[in-house]
Amino acid sequence: MRLITHNMLQCHVKGCNKDNFPLKLEEIEIEELEAEFNADFIKSMLNRLDWKALAQTTFSLGIAQLPEEMPEELNDEMLQQLHHILLEVDITSGRMVCQGCNHVYPIRDGIPNMLLTESEV
Amino acid sequence: MIKLKQLESLLQDVDVFEKPKIQFEQYPTSAHIASRMLYTAQSMYDDIEDKIVADLGCGCGVLSIGANQLGALYNFAFDIDDDALAICRENMEGFEIENMDLIKVDVETLSLRDKVDTVFMNPPFGTKTHKGIDMVFLKKAIDISTRAVYSLHKTSTREHIFKKAKEWGVSCEVVAELRYDIPAMYKFHKKKSVDIQVDFLRFAHPDDQE
Repeated sequence: MRLITHNMLQCHVKGCNKDNFPLKLEEIEIEELEAEFNADFIKSMLNRLDWKALAQTTFSLGIAQLPEEMPEELNDEMLQQLHHILLEVDITSGRMVCQGCNHVYPIRDGIPNMLLTESEV
Repeated sequence: MIKLKQLESLLQDVDVFEKPKIQFEQYPTSAHIASRMLYTAQSMYDDIEDKIVADLGCGCGVLSIGANQLGALYNFAFDIDDDALAICRENMEGFEIENMDLIKVDVETLSLRDKVDTVFMNPPFGTKTHKGIDMVFLKKAIDISTRAVYSLHKTSTREHIFKKAKEWGVSCEVVAELRYDIPAMYKFHKKKSVDIQVDFLRFAHPDDQE
């Protein structure tokens, strides 16, 4: 799972609508991938992502220290860094914890498990 | 853009279920049908290239992989079944796809932070075990998208679906009528294979600027 997907997922336990995003990544294992650089891809993708959550997550993982707000102009160095963050960081295992209700979503074999128990639906 | 024939032949290399599970109505989407759904979506409506695409009940991933081949920006493939996701992952690796992720989820409870552009799906028809599941998938697909939903439904449910689409504020168009050949994969199938009439439908959101 890449951080792009992490940026799209929120807690969906019934009634949990406060602090349900971003989910906190814990005890994760990262595999570094090599992906082809494509500046247009990065720019298009950034328009769709929640920058604040991305900055917060990459900081807490010790991957990057992004500015708090998305810069208006992205220089090459920044684009390269974002390329690495978005496409080359693959989370293979660990868990995502909701900061609102503490629900734990495990990640196994690179696939986040968003299933809920019956009482949470 | 690659040609329809090329797309179909590429999708013939997508591996399908080893042991399909009846409770999830795991019928594979054939390369023939998948390639036509995707090709239409891109060539007639520009709903794939540079778009974020989701696949609800992705199974082995043929629709997601096809969308990727037609230039989708990113693919999210959702399924509830570990075995389907494992095959989907192998397919993804076989095609060396980098801009796609898999998510294990019950489509009924799925919620996303942001919406996707387009949804492709071949939902369970909901005939055997889980009545109404087709409409649950459809409602979810419409809720999480901003642009269009492409889906397959039994022709016998057409009137009902048109009524629901109106209620949900989306337009609905029958793109094609198909004969869906379901091979005898399960014990309850008495005949070798059954042809059922299926509609290939496109639902569009009204704020679609196209």
